[in-house]
This record gives sequence, C-alpha cells and structure tokens, in this order.
Amino acid sequence: MAEILVLVDHAEGAVRKPALELLTLARRIGEPSAVVLGAGAAAADIAAKAAEFGAAKVYVADGAEFADQLVVPKVDALTQIAKANDVAGVLVTSSGEGKEVAARVALRLGSGIITDAVDVRAGDQGPVATQSVFAASYTVESRVSNGVPVITVKPNAVAPEAAPAAGAVENVSVEFTGNAARVTSRTPRVSTGRPELTEAAIVVSGGRGVGAAEGFGVVEELADALEAAVGASRAAVDAGWYPHSSQVGQTGKQVSPQLYVANGISGAIQHRAGMQTSKTIVAVNKDPEAPIFELADYGVVGDLFEVLPQLTAEVKARKG
Amino acid sequence: MSLRIVVCVKYVPDATGDRRFADDHTTDREGVDGLLSELDEYGVEQALRIAEANDGAEVTVLTVGPDDAKDALRKALSMGADKAVHVNDDDIHGSDVLATSAILAKALEKTGFDLVIGGMASTDGTMGVLPALLAERLGVPQVTLLSEVSVEGGVVKGRRDGDAATELVEAPLPAVVSVTDQSGEARYPSFKGIMAAKKKPVQSLDLDDLGIEADEVGLAGSWTAVDSVAARPARTAGTVVKDEGEGGKQLAAFLADQKFI
Repeated sequence: MAEILVLVDHAEGAVRKPALELLTLARRIGEPSAVVLGAGAAAADIAAKAAEFGAAKVYVADGAEFADQLVVPKVDALTQIAKANDVAGVLVTSSGEGKEVAARVALRLGSGIITDAVDVRAGDQGPVATQSVFAASYTVESRVSNGVPVITVKPNAVAPEAAPAAGAVENVSVEFTGNAARVTSRTPRVSTGRPELTEAAIVVSGGRGVGAAEGFGVVEELADALEAAVGASRAAVDAGWYPHSSQVGQTGKQVSPQLYVANGISGAIQHRAGMQTSKTIVAVNKDPEAPIFELADYGVVGDLFEVLPQLTAEVKARKG
Repeated sequence: MSLRIVVCVKYVPDATGDRRFADDHTTDREGVDGLLSELDEYGVEQALRIAEANDGAEVTVLTVGPDDAKDALRKALSMGADKAVHVNDDDIHGSDVLATSAILAKALEKTGFDLVIGGMASTDGTMGVLPALLAERLGVPQVTLLSEVSVEGGVVKGRRDGDAATELVEAPLPAVVSVTDQSGEARYPSFKGIMAAKKKPVQSLDLDDLGIEADEVGLAGSWTAVDSVAARPARTAGTVVKDEGEGGKQLAAFLADQKFI
C-alpha cells in the first residue's frame, strides 16, 4: 500500500492533537508512516501514540540541530526520508512552521504543494484536498499534479480515530545541510489551562466592545463555565488587551468549533475569515447594526457586561 | 557597501470587496478592485525602519503581477521605498506559489540583495510560504514570521512567536525575512511621499529578461491543479433579541436547546 509520511507535531514530549488527525486522514489515501523529529527521550512514547493511530512505520531522527536551527533541519530530514522510501504523499500540520517546512520539502522533491486543507480524500488522480478560501466564502477542491503530493492540513479537519498498527521504529541519521537561521533562545508558551484555540469544541471571544484588558474577565468566566478556549479579535489584540496567540482572524488562528460565542465583536471581514466556518455562532453586541448578527444563529443586542455574567450563572446552574 | 533591501509585495483583490474566481479557476482580477496586500505593508514598513537605522541603505520593492500591480508598487514608493521592479508577462497568468517563487528568485538574483523582506502571507492566497521558498531557491538563511526585526553589523535578528514557543532567531546576511502584522503599524504615505513616488524609477522586466521559458510558469508550469470552486452558501441570520434584562438567560436557553449545556 502507498506509504504516506505524516510529520508528527509534538510539544513538551507529547503528541499534539492535529498529528493524530493527520494520521487519521492519511489512512484514507494510503498507509501512514509517522516522522518524529527532535523529540529526544520522548520519541518512544510519541512513536507508540502514532502507532495507536495507524502508523505502520515510525521514522525517528534526533539531533541538536532540530532545536538550534530554524525550519531547515526538519526539511532535511523529511526530504531524506521521502526520497529513501518512495512515498506517495506527505502530510504536515498547517501551522506557520509546518507550512514553511512543507513548502521547502515540496520544492526539493519537485512536487506541488497545497496548504490549509480542511479535508483530504482519495481521488482518481491522487489525493484531493478541500480548502476554504477568500475568508471562507468559497470551497475549492484541488490536487497536486506533479511529484509526490505535499499537503498541509488545518487542525480540526477530522476527529482523530484510533486504528492500532505495527509502528515499527526506524532510526534515521539525517545529513543536515546547514545554512539555517540560528535559534538563540526559546521560551515555551505558558499554558492557560484552557483548551487549545484551534482544537477547542467551543470558543468564546472578545473584541473591541470588551473595552479593556480587565474586561476579558467576563469572557474568561463564560469560557471556563463552558470549558471553552478564549479568543480575541484583532482590535482587542492590537489594543494590547489579550495576547496575539489568541487572535482569531485572517492573520491569527482560523477556528472551526462546534460553537463560537462572539462578544463585542463587530464582525469585520478579517475576523470572519477566522471563524465563519464554525458550526453554530452566537453573538452579543451593543450595536444592532453590527455585521456579526448577519452570521449569528442567535444574537443578543445588549451590554456584554450585563449579558455574559447572567449567561455564565445560568450555564453553571444548568450544569449543576 | 550599502545595505540592499528588497521587499517582495503582492497586488491582491480588495478583501472587503467581492472576491471571486475566473472560468479557469484562477483569482478573478478583472473588474475587481485591487491594492497592495495589507500584510505586505508591514514588510515595507520594516524595510524602511531598517533602512533608517542603516545609513545609505536602499529599499527596492519587487512584484510579479499584471499591469495594475503598478498600483501596489506606487503605494510602497509613496511610503518611502526608493525604487521598484515590476515583473509582468502574459505567460505568468495562473502561476502557483512554486512558479511565482521561481520568478521572484530570478528577479532577486538580477537586482541583487542583502536582505529580502516579505509579509507573513498574502491576503488572497494566504499560504505564507513564499519567503521560505525564496530562501530555499536563493540558498540563504530563512528568518521568518518575525514580530520584531533588526539588522546590525551584517546580522539580522528577530523574534518569532510560534504556536508552542517564542524564539529569538538570527542569521548573517544575505537572508530572507518575513514579518507579521505584530511587527509595527505601517506608515501612511504623506502628500510629499505621494508626489515623490511619481518620479521614482520603476523597472519593468518580462520572462525573457529573467531567462525563464514560458512553459516553466503559468498554469502549464504549475504543479497543482484546481478541480472545482464553489461559492459557500452564505450564513443566514438567525434570531436576534434585544436584552431587556433577560438576554443572558435567553441565550442560555438557546444553548441548552442546541445541547451545548
């Protein structure tokens, strides 16, 4: 069966959920092989998890280069493994770095690249990727027409399904090409204890209407009652009220949760691009003319500092 | 020698307008208002700031695009860039990101560069991989997705805010950089800047000038194929209520009805 390489995204010794989604998708188009790079002592655990989700083989490569240099060491490793094993496809998570790695791998393999797929399926002429484009106003189906298809896939494209496989580990010695930027320091992002924004089933966001950094308190309380991630509009991030890592929109994260709660967010195109594929959208905004109400399944015109605490109390009461 | 900075910019359909596809599944650029991609303004801004901090630096803006793409170059020139290069050829129509990066790389080799700067992504294609591809093709370090950047003593340094960590990165020049929308607000062109831009040189190049064959680029030379495009059904507005003191409870009732609580 056709071998599909899956670059396994990991952090702090654990597999990140989007990697399990990639393994699940890879099974539709062939037999997944996981690629685990720079994981150190955690590689064995990560390999076992990949096997649980369908990896027949797991290529493991390690070296200080993966931490000390930007992007290029991963490109070296993935290209080398792809060339040595006659693979039929390469899947990578659509993060900023994932897309950069994938693009350079594609160029080295002489292959086309598709980024930001929201679905991948087998087609007559190879894998078919679905993308949601122009601020999610169009759906596009495309495929790679030359070389080994390299496709990056957004988080939440599919629910991860376990399918235990052999997970035979093969250690790879990578020939690094160098010529990369040096990483002189790395500060891990402090966990908020809340679900990851791009992976959460429910996202509660705040925008300009929140008014100040302190105003996010009512947004966070609602998020915690719903066990949701917290998002912010670009206006709120630009004002310095909430970190950029939580920005939802064209230049931030694109989310597609079951439920999106927009608070004090007008619904500019830049924000819509990041959330309008959400299953259900509700909005709270003072301005009855706010464009967000055009997409909301349910909207409340009112002061979010009145509405949210009441909603939070009601959620807590109903959840008991 | 003075620092040669080249900013790669893209002319894109206005994101607030009606964006659509042409019959050949390429982005429709006819009758749709275009402009300098907003995210590329950040690249121009950082180029100008780096030039201000490095005496005698020269900023060139480079684009690949149809005739109207001159508007994007003019905007960058009016912000303060010194000169522009416009690669324009009918055979480029339909080029994917790999083909486009091949054209830009050839143009960069022709103009010469110490520092190439790009935005984090275009606002139409939104791939965000072009700077990485340029670094690969030019064989220079990639220092990308920076929210802070500086150049001193032949070294570019910056801060890269990733999903899992914030990294400080650096590389010797020549290098390719991309900057995010967190890197610093782009300046507005002044009246003086707009007037001055009209006199600044814009060099036009075609594929012949770059030694590129027509079949290496365009739809024929691209390694991806779009099978179908479909407009997504517009979301329809649902119920909107005015808060009369019970808004939170009404919303809770809706969420309970939808089984979220």
